Amino acid sequence: MTDIGLIAAISIFTAGLTVAFGAIGPALGEARAAAQALASIAQQPDASGAISRTLFVSLAMIESTAIYCFVVSMILIFANPFWSWATEATAAAAGAGG
Amino acid sequence: MEITPDARILFEVAGLPVNATIFNTWIVMALLTIGSALITWRLQPDVPASRWRTALEVIVTAIEAQIAEVTRQPSTRFIPFIGTLFLFIAVSNLLLVVPGFAPPTASLSTTTALALTVLVAVPAFGIASRGLGGYLRTYLQPTILMLPFNIISEVTRGLALAVRLYGNIMSGAVIAGILLGVAPFFFPVVMDMLGLLTGLIQAYIFAVLAMVYIAAATGPVPRANPSPSSRERAATDVGALDGEK
Repeated sequence: MTDIGLIAAISIFTAGLTVAFGAIGPALGEARAAAQALASIAQQPDASGAISRTLFVSLAMIESTAIYCFVVSMILIFANPFWSWATEATAAAAGAGG
Repeated sequence: MEITPDARILFEVAGLPVNATIFNTWIVMALLTIGSALITWRLQPDVPASRWRTALEVIVTAIEAQIAEVTRQPSTRFIPFIGTLFLFIAVSNLLLVVPGFAPPTASLSTTTALALTVLVAVPAFGIASRGLGGYLRTYLQPTILMLPFNIISEVTRGLALAVRLYGNIMSGAVIAGILLGVAPFFFPVVMDMLGLLTGLIQAYIFAVLAMVYIAAATGPVPRANPSPSSRERAATDVGALDGEK
């Protein structure tokens, strides 16, 4: 397999893997947080305002780990520095050869 | 596909390229400033308030109430900064529904700039309320051993603020773009509606986190005694939550 094909294959595979594993942890964490908050609201409906506010903030924080993984995979697919290096090198080699 | 509006150059002013991010930021700023200037044009205290003025008052009092609830401190000092952050992010995220408008918050440079203002505002408010020595001493809490970790947490919270907002808004745009190729007409609309909700929540989160960081720097000095007041607990709890991450 050529260099450029290898870079493309590994980038695409790693992007999928990043999102896959990056989604597991936050999903479990958010589920736990939401379940706990619902149980607390059921027990203390008076405190629902404060509970849901902190729940939103915590969910956003938990979710940001998933978002980091998503950003990394987007960079791997759409703005891959290795890919642009390889395409430039190939173009330069073709220019020198032809 | 482009994952940031930075790459789209609209026109050049005196040789300087103006990209979509800068242009759309100015649109949002103009909308906010001209809108509120027009509404508060010739304010009079006695006449029955117009609808627009009532709408503005609803927004401002809601922000005030939220700040008071989060910090348990008088909100007058914070509302210019926190309210501006919230309104700017919320309006630029909600303008997602305008065709051809790329929200400036979908660019990492905008969100980094917003996070940098928070990073500057935290020491500024802290020094203003505690004095230079009092603020610097908070870095030594609870022991001097925590100094490097306190400094690292300052930097990482700024990084997290920037990447969180950027990632959320950018992911909405990218997913809508991908779905546009796969299943046009219906699913992109649903995802854009979800994007509106996410955008508003992220604006709220950004403002609340900035408020929590500032409140932790200006609030009562946390001590190691076993019975902190509820106010200190509220401020330190959310701060500790972020510090753990």
